[in-house]
Amino acid sequence: MNSEYRTLSKDGLWENNPALVQLLGLCPLLAVSGTVTNALGLGIATLLVLVGSNITVSLVRNFVPNEIRIPVFVIVIATFVTLVELTMNAFTYGLYMALGIFIPLIVTNCAIIGRAEAYASKNNWYKAGFDGLMMGLGFAAVLVALGAIRELIGQGTLFDGAELLLGEWASSLRIQLIEFDYPLLLAILPPGAFIGLGFLIAGKNWLDEKKREKLAKAPVEKAQRARVTHVS
Amino acid sequence: MLKNMQKNGLILGAFAIAATSLVVATQYLTADRIAEQQRGELLRTLNTLIPAAQHDNDLYADCTLIAAPDALGAPLQPVYRSRLAGEGNALAIQATATDGYSGNIHFLVAINDNGLVQGVRVLQHKETPGLGDKIELKKSDWILSFDGERVRSENDSRWAVRRDNGMFDQFTGATITPRALVNAVRKAVWYGQENSAELFAAASNCYTESTQTAAAAMNELEPNITELGE
Repeated sequence: MNSEYRTLSKDGLWENNPALVQLLGLCPLLAVSGTVTNALGLGIATLLVLVGSNITVSLVRNFVPNEIRIPVFVIVIATFVTLVELTMNAFTYGLYMALGIFIPLIVTNCAIIGRAEAYASKNNWYKAGFDGLMMGLGFAAVLVALGAIRELIGQGTLFDGAELLLGEWASSLRIQLIEFDYPLLLAILPPGAFIGLGFLIAGKNWLDEKKREKLAKAPVEKAQRARVTHVS
Repeated sequence: MLKNMQKNGLILGAFAIAATSLVVATQYLTADRIAEQQRGELLRTLNTLIPAAQHDNDLYADCTLIAAPDALGAPLQPVYRSRLAGEGNALAIQATATDGYSGNIHFLVAINDNGLVQGVRVLQHKETPGLGDKIELKKSDWILSFDGERVRSENDSRWAVRRDNGMFDQFTGATITPRALVNAVRKAVWYGQENSAELFAAASNCYTESTQTAAAAMNELEPNITELGE
């Protein structure tokens, strides 16, 4: 039981990360990662939709005939997106305006229907909810990392506009790390998002490679035992 | 097969009904709060242009929709009237520059009863980040260079960027954006000056059922696709 949750966390955050490995949901990932605030806002919105839709899909999985499962998933996801959109419009108005069309576009984030189909429709509700949480966190983490890189290189700040998400007190979170006469446009524009994501994926692969090398170099006996238990 | 269709149709229908009720309930619960947010946002911008001490009327409510597409850049634009003891003393006109570098630039310009510009604020734009976005007060104080200026004639040649021998700075690497905005502000200010009596006298009609509400016109200007589309 415990190890299953560990696997779910590891998959969502690293091994099978929706943004770095599955490469799902690239449209919002690339478009809204201009600043940490926008990235965090969209990351949280996606996380909420993912958890909500995973739990709901799991709860209804026994009542839904196989042939109409996809329309039902779409209804469930669209409903959660609308709920999140209305809530953000009411409570985080500035961020709602800043994210604009990308909140409704969460409905087309393939990561969400992907998890509904691949996991939530086959497992009970708390496991599905946990899977949604971990996948959502993994997606949000990449979004925020990309947002931080682009904001730092592009305008030399971090947490610019945090008050839109967190309220007035957060305007003091803004840090000016580098002063530019002219900001590096490339980082702010869409190509910067592609390049940044490329570096993130390369970084992840490099870390994995390192880990594999380390395992290979480990004492022969141990490595063999490890291979027996963890094969495939 | 018919039976199967019936059953699946019913299940799908049940989901649709449940989903719709959930959405409608949430919409009902958040509607007031959303309207309040839109109003608050509009008032914040209006109050940076027309200080609270200058008026004793409700700026948000004292609003009329004006159809002057040539001068204001869109078919219907809200104009807010500032009055003190019933005496009109300033107008805040929403207008649109249609020839920006990428897409429309929506802005609000306030003029006082002498025709002097009290201030200009950009409400929404899609200009290039880092270059054209210096029209935002957050990025640069360029937009303040309109303050206290006056339009002397319909084609006042001083109302141009320096490159066109006018009195407003352009930005390094971006001339189209400030040029578009300077022209649009000039047209809106001239329109406001020439028609101020009519504008003050016009009935408040922004929030009647039949017209699109001004808050909606201002806050839902255009889908905000800033970088990538779907």
